[in-house]
Amino acid sequence: MEQELLLKLKRKAADVRKNIIDEVFSAGSGHPGGSLSCADILTVLYFKHMNVNSSTPKDPDRDRFVLSKGHASPVLYSVLAEKGFIPKKDLLTFRQADSYLEGHPSVKDVPGVDMTTGSLGQGICAACGMAQMGKLDKKDYRVYAILGDGELQEGQVWEAMMYAAHYKLDNLTAFLDHNGLQIDGDITKVMSPEPVAAKFEAFGWNVIIVDGHDMNQIDNAIEKAKKTKGKPTMIVAETVKGKGVSFMENQYGWHGKAPNQEQRDKAIAELDAYIENLGV
Amino acid sequence: MKKATRAAYGEALAEYGSNERIIVLDADLSKSTMTATFKELYPERFFNTGIAEANMISSAAGMATCNKIVFASSFAIFAAVRAAEQIRNSVCYPKLNVKIAATHAGISVGEDGATHQAIEDIAIMRALPNMTVIQPCDGRETKQAVKAIIDYNGPVYLRLGRLAVEDIYDNSYEFQIGKGVQLKDGCDVTIIATGLMVKPALDAYEALRSQGILARVINIHTIKPIDREIIVKAARETGAIVTAEEHNIIGGLGSAVCEVLCDEQPAPVKRVGIEDKFGKSGKPEDLIKMYGLTAENIIIKAKIAMALKKQ
Repeated sequence: MEQELLLKLKRKAADVRKNIIDEVFSAGSGHPGGSLSCADILTVLYFKHMNVNSSTPKDPDRDRFVLSKGHASPVLYSVLAEKGFIPKKDLLTFRQADSYLEGHPSVKDVPGVDMTTGSLGQGICAACGMAQMGKLDKKDYRVYAILGDGELQEGQVWEAMMYAAHYKLDNLTAFLDHNGLQIDGDITKVMSPEPVAAKFEAFGWNVIIVDGHDMNQIDNAIEKAKKTKGKPTMIVAETVKGKGVSFMENQYGWHGKAPNQEQRDKAIAELDAYIENLGV
Repeated sequence: MKKATRAAYGEALAEYGSNERIIVLDADLSKSTMTATFKELYPERFFNTGIAEANMISSAAGMATCNKIVFASSFAIFAAVRAAEQIRNSVCYPKLNVKIAATHAGISVGEDGATHQAIEDIAIMRALPNMTVIQPCDGRETKQAVKAIIDYNGPVYLRLGRLAVEDIYDNSYEFQIGKGVQLKDGCDVTIIATGLMVKPALDAYEALRSQGILARVINIHTIKPIDREIIVKAARETGAIVTAEEHNIIGGLGSAVCEVLCDEQPAPVKRVGIEDKFGKSGKPEDLIKMYGLTAENIIIKAKIAMALKKQ
């Protein structure tokens, strides 16, 4: 992609990360680690690829996005705010009793959210259903989904893997946010889903492995997925949990914990310094 | 004429299936749930998920977000009990237009035995916010219920049986979601029944009448939202209630009726149902007797309820 666009997207991803920190900080709870790890993927999707418009959030022809790892709601709300689906100031009401921004995304409450998720394994199945209807209705929309790597331990995920390949859902592109950590620690120590790429291939998916923080690689993989016929695509994104905030990176303790004031300020300062370095 | 409610479900899908918003899913049981008829007529709108009920329910939810009316069918034990959490989080919480049409409910499954006999599904389904729970008592009621839930926008659990059951209604019957039906009037006791227990309730009515006891008989096809008015009126006017259902006595119709009455019109209630135990293999007719799902048992309980009223 062009350098100018790349810089713009990098800047956007940094803004998305700042929102994530402030959402979780203001809520006093939430999941920063796994939100930061897929921030670059959502940024490339929403700001380069997806055909969505905040003035027509229920357009039947729009592309769909399902956050199967629903606990990463801060990154989704953050991107939806940056896209104009929800007011940015509302992000600070995240997880509050009088807010519509639930701890996990709710399709009936939040404009731009395409499916209620949070119970792991269910989102990817819903995405299959949407892709199937796209085929039936002969629509050109594409369906995107993000899975967590710990989520792969849910058996229901593999039911969906079978289903999507069986029905040749080539309008479905899923990402694996492969950050290697879950609540109780290293995924390979808790219950290893490895080798993930070989498993997806064995289930009949087109598999592309990318650096999940390299926007050019993410972009190219999405383009390849669009051109792939007869198979759904799984983009295995090698990511870093907590990416972009030094003290959160690769620390499973930041899976579901909010920063205190000092940590929040430090995180924002780091992201601001990163933005200044970008010079855009 | 005898017909299983699952057979009427299959016929109804065929009859109303020309509506292009209707999608039917099944988990490898289409010949038993009778969705195979729809598959023959509208193969492009039928999807077999294989033996994967969790995915069936969650993918149904995704389809429903695309302005579809999705029927997802399996045996009650696998649809409502195995996939209960998918129904809760993927369907009920977002209030999506998915109809869980579950066949082979209750012990009348017969020979397959306890593993395949859902006796707790009403309890689970009716505890879910946004869920409507319907159990028709014969073929005609089933067909009308299918038509009504196609027109209703939201989650529905439709509880159907394997066993052929006798007609209760004729062609003049008009089904309305949430509206109980008084089949017989009486002033001494009220029998409130659902599903295949409606027929034994009517048999009990005749036997009681020959003994000089006038029983009111009510068919509750919609267990949620339940017809509070008809139940309260029956308690006020007859003073004693018997419920009858092919379900655990915990959490089903009996519980739902008791909830209404203790809120609004306390009255003695006796419950006929499966006494908190698992089913077993056997001929359906034998099991129905063995588990006390009979007119005789309804009569016994009716007399106990009447005695309690007098105390």
